[in-house]
Amino acid sequence: MFTLQCGKQRSCKSTGSGLGTRVLSLLEEEFPDVCRIVTAVYPSAEDDVITSPYNTVLAMQELTEHADCVLPVENQSLLDILNKIDAMSYGTKLGPGVKRNNCVTSGGSRLSGAQKPFDAMNNIVANLLLNITSSTRFEGSLNMDLNEIAMNLVPFPRLHYLVPSLTPLYSLADVSIPTKRLDQMFSDAFSKDHQLIRANLKHSLFLASALMVRGDVHMSDLRRNIERLRSSLPFVSWNQEGWKTGLCSVPPVGHSHSMLALSNNTCVKATFMELRDSFTKLYKKKAHLHHYLHVDGMEQSIFSEALSSLTGLIEDYHHLDVSKSRLQRDTPRLRIATGSSS
Amino acid sequence: MSVVTIQLGQCGNQVGQELFDIICNDAEQSQRKTYSTSCSARFFRPTSKGDLVARAVLVDMEPKVINQSMNKAVKSGRWRYGEDSHFSQKQGSGNNWANGYCVLGPRHKDAVEELVRQEVERCDALAGFIPVMSVAGGTGSGVGTYVTQCLRDIYPTSFILNHLTWPYGTGEVIVQNYNSVLTLAHLYQLSDAMLVHENDTVHKICSQLLNIKQISFSDINMVIAHQLGGVLQPALTPDSYGVYSRNPLGELVSALACHPEYKLLSVSTVPQMPSSSIAFSTFSWPALLKHLRQMLISNTRMEVERTRSLTQGGFNTSLANLLILRGKDVYSAETGGFEDPAIYTPWLRSEEAFSLWKSPVSFDKYEKFATLVSNSQALLRPLDDMVRKAWNMFASRAYIHQYIKYNISEEDFLDSFTSLEQVISSYGQLQC
Repeated sequence: MFTLQCGKQRSCKSTGSGLGTRVLSLLEEEFPDVCRIVTAVYPSAEDDVITSPYNTVLAMQELTEHADCVLPVENQSLLDILNKIDAMSYGTKLGPGVKRNNCVTSGGSRLSGAQKPFDAMNNIVANLLLNITSSTRFEGSLNMDLNEIAMNLVPFPRLHYLVPSLTPLYSLADVSIPTKRLDQMFSDAFSKDHQLIRANLKHSLFLASALMVRGDVHMSDLRRNIERLRSSLPFVSWNQEGWKTGLCSVPPVGHSHSMLALSNNTCVKATFMELRDSFTKLYKKKAHLHHYLHVDGMEQSIFSEALSSLTGLIEDYHHLDVSKSRLQRDTPRLRIATGSSS
Repeated sequence: MSVVTIQLGQCGNQVGQELFDIICNDAEQSQRKTYSTSCSARFFRPTSKGDLVARAVLVDMEPKVINQSMNKAVKSGRWRYGEDSHFSQKQGSGNNWANGYCVLGPRHKDAVEELVRQEVERCDALAGFIPVMSVAGGTGSGVGTYVTQCLRDIYPTSFILNHLTWPYGTGEVIVQNYNSVLTLAHLYQLSDAMLVHENDTVHKICSQLLNIKQISFSDINMVIAHQLGGVLQPALTPDSYGVYSRNPLGELVSALACHPEYKLLSVSTVPQMPSSSIAFSTFSWPALLKHLRQMLISNTRMEVERTRSLTQGGFNTSLANLLILRGKDVYSAETGGFEDPAIYTPWLRSEEAFSLWKSPVSFDKYEKFATLVSNSQALLRPLDDMVRKAWNMFASRAYIHQYIKYNISEEDFLDSFTSLEQVISSYGQLQC
């Protein structure tokens, strides 16, 4: 597993996206049977690297072709999460169950106006990675490893962009959590506040979803909550029960339980369309293109191919979206000739 | 005669460990030496140190569950697994049947076959094999099917009774219906019979009969193991002439699976109640058997409209039934209700269709305990659901590329679908 940045983080503008995707295709060549899961940080709208749309779209072609799964993460979502934690930790509405300084980021965060708290933001992504590997590292009654995630969440090879969401965002000091709070964790996982990209899961179509639950949670709690949430989450007709579940006995430090949801959902289409628009704005005017074409091996066709790959991806998601409103009935079954006449 | 159990994947290894625990417990609690001896010989082998070692091979593609099961066994202080009787890898099967069956199974064939061979050689006489596995994941289902095939090739005359756990209808593994379809279609050619537990049914037992509030897989596994214990513990059969049967698997298969189209067996047991209530309950054979018969013919899994179209009736018709009574007064129990021709398919005489085994030894804490192993339409609806969902998914070709990557083609899928539609059709027509 590895993480690459398409937008600005610290001083890296294009190292993450360029070098990172090159490494990705090398890994595929050398270790074709090993699963490649990529956490990719997507730029926010007000990213201050002008050419980030180019970097991102070029990287995306590589991700679409060579990664098994991509977990897109947006800087803006990470910032929003940090703000929410801040408001809860330091605000007046401090409930009896909230522990200070023991939240999903290390040591809390102090946001000043212009400065972005990259450490705290990276901490959230690190938590994502810890959760996704928890079942590989600890025991549980229903293990779920990385290969199983790729297998269950990717119904068609290119549609492998999975929306991550994490709960809780702060720790609950209360050890014997009443059932209501546990159920809240499940509801939160599908709320916009907990997602690591800004997109509306509930208003788009789910292709598949995985729930990795950690801590003192019983399988019956898991099942009860899936039953409860199903009606509000639209799933594609051929995957009405498209839930992959994992139970790991060991919770993260400082929490009694936690959950990671990974959703293959057509809401990413909106993110990709925005990206395509920002790319096109620059590309139409050939702005800054010469910086790239100066580099040995770069040609303009690479740009047009990358754009076409992104457009194709958007169309694939759109095609599935459109099927949402169609009433699907069971496909007619194979008929078996029977010996007797009934 | 001894049974060699092969535990495959997470489910197989978890269920298997609970099964050996229950069997060992039951053998030790029993006052009757012949029963304990028969039981120990069947499932355990004594070592030079005098402790009991399970006649089992543990197989998984990742190490954690096997380690857990082996540690739990040792902790019990009464039995353990053989130190070298296990095989595991690091990477898992990724819930991919094709990976399990086409890649991992063949890759590790020699190592697993060697472990089985060693276990078989330690038996004075081999009663047969019980592979324990789930059908939803990748190892139990894919590697499990491949291992069953190897067993069939190497031991062509031995009995193979697969124990299968079917997943919850919703929410365990997304590709579970594909994995299940591929497993069942293949096992139908390899297995003598398949003893099936469905998580949904066992879950209902936990919630409605055992009053467990927060049900975990541990609870599910214990119920499964308990019911299996009722089936597999020593019993006196019509062919065993006054001693505990030395051919339990053979006799079970010949009692229940006389026709190659009908190999799916379900299990019910009575009584079923929280252990705290047992001491305060009284049991009579007439009441227990009446309840069991009612469960058989009404089969609470079947919701009326759906089933009507499948079975043209809604009444659970049986091909064959095996009733095993354990405990007090077994010789005076009246079992005529299970010989009623009305509950059987018309093309077998009810005397041929019904078999009765007995053991005067009580099982677990129950003074009287009855197990019914049925070859009936009880699994028809769940099987049909499995095939219907898999077929709908197949129609959109979702996830198929994951299987093609490991050499299972669309053709292979179609063959499996065809086989299972045949099985569904056969069971659907049992009452004709």
